[in-house]
Amino acid sequence: MIPELGNFLLIMAFINAIFLGVLSFIGAHYQHNGLMLFSKRASISIFVLILASFVCLTTSFINNDFSVAYVANHSNTQLPIHYRISAVWGAHEGSLLLWVLILTGWMAAVAIFSKSLPKPLITRVLGVMGFIAIGFIAFTLFTSNPFERVLPFIPIDGSDLNPLLQDFGLIVHPPMLYMGYVGFSVVFAFAIAGLLQGDLDHHWARWSRPWTTVAWIFMSLGIALGSWWAYYELGWGGWWFWDPVENASFMPWLAGTALIHSLAATEKRGVFKSWTVLLAILTFSLSLLGTFLVRSGVLTSVHSFANDPVRGRFILVFLGIVVGASLLIYAIQSSKIRSKANFGLFSRETALLFNNALLAVVTFMVLLGTLHPLIQEAFTGDKSSVGPPYFNLMFSIFMIPILILMPIGQQINWKQESMKPMLTKYWLWAISSIIIALAVVIIMGGIEPMAFVGTTLGLWVLAGCAKYVLAQASKSTSFTVGLKKISRSYWGMLVAHLGVAVTVLGVVLTSYYSIEENIKIHQGETVQVEDVDVEFYDFKNTEGPNYISSAGSFRIYSEGELITDLHPEKRKYNASKMVMTEADIDAGLFRDIYVVMGEPLDDGAWAISVYYKPFVRWIWLGSIFMALGGLLAVSDKRYRQRRRERKQAKSEATSVEEGQGE
Amino acid sequence: MNKKLVLAVAPIVTFIILVIFFWFALEKDPKKLNSNLIDKPVPDFKLSALQNPERVYTTDSLPDELFLLNVWGTWCGPCHIEHPYLMKFSQKYPVPIVGVNYKDKARDALEFLEQKGNPYSMVIADVDGQLGIDLGVYGAPETFVVDSDGKVRFRYVGVIDDRVWNSKILPVIEQVQGYPLEQVQKEVAENDSEGMK
Repeated sequence: MIPELGNFLLIMAFINAIFLGVLSFIGAHYQHNGLMLFSKRASISIFVLILASFVCLTTSFINNDFSVAYVANHSNTQLPIHYRISAVWGAHEGSLLLWVLILTGWMAAVAIFSKSLPKPLITRVLGVMGFIAIGFIAFTLFTSNPFERVLPFIPIDGSDLNPLLQDFGLIVHPPMLYMGYVGFSVVFAFAIAGLLQGDLDHHWARWSRPWTTVAWIFMSLGIALGSWWAYYELGWGGWWFWDPVENASFMPWLAGTALIHSLAATEKRGVFKSWTVLLAILTFSLSLLGTFLVRSGVLTSVHSFANDPVRGRFILVFLGIVVGASLLIYAIQSSKIRSKANFGLFSRETALLFNNALLAVVTFMVLLGTLHPLIQEAFTGDKSSVGPPYFNLMFSIFMIPILILMPIGQQINWKQESMKPMLTKYWLWAISSIIIALAVVIIMGGIEPMAFVGTTLGLWVLAGCAKYVLAQASKSTSFTVGLKKISRSYWGMLVAHLGVAVTVLGVVLTSYYSIEENIKIHQGETVQVEDVDVEFYDFKNTEGPNYISSAGSFRIYSEGELITDLHPEKRKYNASKMVMTEADIDAGLFRDIYVVMGEPLDDGAWAISVYYKPFVRWIWLGSIFMALGGLLAVSDKRYRQRRRERKQAKSEATSVEEGQGE
Repeated sequence: MNKKLVLAVAPIVTFIILVIFFWFALEKDPKKLNSNLIDKPVPDFKLSALQNPERVYTTDSLPDELFLLNVWGTWCGPCHIEHPYLMKFSQKYPVPIVGVNYKDKARDALEFLEQKGNPYSMVIADVDGQLGIDLGVYGAPETFVVDSDGKVRFRYVGVIDDRVWNSKILPVIEQVQGYPLEQVQKEVAENDSEGMK
């Protein structure tokens, strides 16, 4: 009964979405108050319906209702309850429902939190989001219905969730990532609504900015979580594969990063308007493209969702309609957008222009590399992936200028700055970064040219942030007063850039100075690996809730002193009979020690792998800083001021146009 | 003015081309066989064994019975995902799996097999990708079903998991063989616990 209820709620949401999509535009066009109110209410009710439907699917998982095909294929009676819940989004159908849930969640949030915005605009925004919802709910209902039953032969037990996915990382990674992916639909909807209305002033940029930043925060964390998951769960010490699905999430992130920067320029200075609108469209289009690539099976990937040409065709048609229509609207309306363009050659505007151009090129390079197998097949008939070397090279080439420009860009003024005094201030910082970087790479184990360049750039960005803070502080009477004068959104930028530096340092140092050793070891034996000693002191076979585990215990000594005690496992899952290695990691700020059980060897010894990964945590630490930076930017006074204005507006019972005050 | 028009129209034109392109890419489902090799023998090769570079494998070294030819590499993310499934199938069914270690470093490949187990009855080291080219491989992992006469009967591109095994590979094996494939009776669990002692 519950699955049918879920299905019914989904259908109800679908019908509601059709009404929302159609009536919003009519209501906004005639400025009909009743219809405009309807679009707001409908948005919220669609969310509630989808939420209820999602709860139904979750209930089916909790109750082990194996008459539902999706549950039978991805769950099992032995599966612990928390994994039964996260299994809801463990595969294609359920993750699509999660996607729809999050989309409608954003839609409801826009409906609730945009009271101060002009009604026709917000109605159109909701209408655009309604159209997107129609597409995705239809996709779920007609091609990937998670509520489909397997009757009359109900399996006694399910076939289990892939053991790789029975992990904390999977519980949180997809929801975070989807929050980001789908969150970009808000700025997209704002752009389309603005284009339809034909007036895109700086208010537009201002209203969509916090939404974009919040989506970007989720996306940054989501990507980092995925990378962290791959690192500890795949037992291979790798944290990024340039897999098509990783790229599918990375491209909208890159475009979204560019968007955040160009929105700033558009809001503050009224420049790049047309480009910003296009970028908003492109960012969400890349989200949709990512969905297409992942779910259609045109490319092979780690995240192999069940693929089926019908699904691929459906998303492609939908992608074609949504993106095609928006680009058509852009083509027709963009001539009406007027940008101011008075800024000097050496100004913050120019710096942001470079930032955008470079990020756009990087995004394009990633896109090209991802689609390479398809392009090559079309022209030559065979197919191969370009692989990590291409991506690493391209990415480094274009990241270098971005990092060089970052500290300068964050400090120069809008409009015009005199180049010479500005740049002379940087010599000392640049030279210190080079010297420290040299010292770092020597300590780490030798001068690798790319490691040296990367470390220098990471430190250079760090130095830039420090320099900015010092310069601001020294302007004021006292240090603390100076610090207080830096606005929250500036702190946000600094912290986010700091995060970039931290991630860059982590990536570079881990990539060049990691050590991997494979050793053969007997129980009770101590083997020297590089400059540590590894002692294999215990071995146990134990039973987990749905697996049998063989765990080794290892003590790691450095110069006779115990550093850590690790217990890697090899698990065999009962239902799927799959064997998984569970690495054990001694995590540290400056290095990880990572031990994986290999295979038992003939003479009773075990093959194990020991990894030493310097600074690997910094990769993810950096993204936490980036997210924190985003959070600071969103919490800036300017946005709180709006809320105050809204209250005022309410009391005066008039709709207030957005204030100009910064 | 003209420049502005071009800038306005360029995105949509590019996009339309991209969509047409995807449409045709979808028609050619990459996972479907479109190999010229179907019903032809495995191409000749002369390559060394992964575990022992001095040992040379040719088509004569391949099993005389029906077997799977699996193209993989440690650089390929999906291969990491596929590996535990191969381990399971190799233990559960009496079908030999021949590995073609494609464009890989021998050291990495050996390390991988040592750490995660070796599902292969033999591994051919195709360092330069010659065999891969002759097989028409366009991305790892790829799996071929080869019959007892040494002829390629089926090709699958992508990760073989339970679903693919049951819906695609197993039916083909049974059809080629002409009789159902028995599961090997020894339980995988016993197998493992023996190894762990």
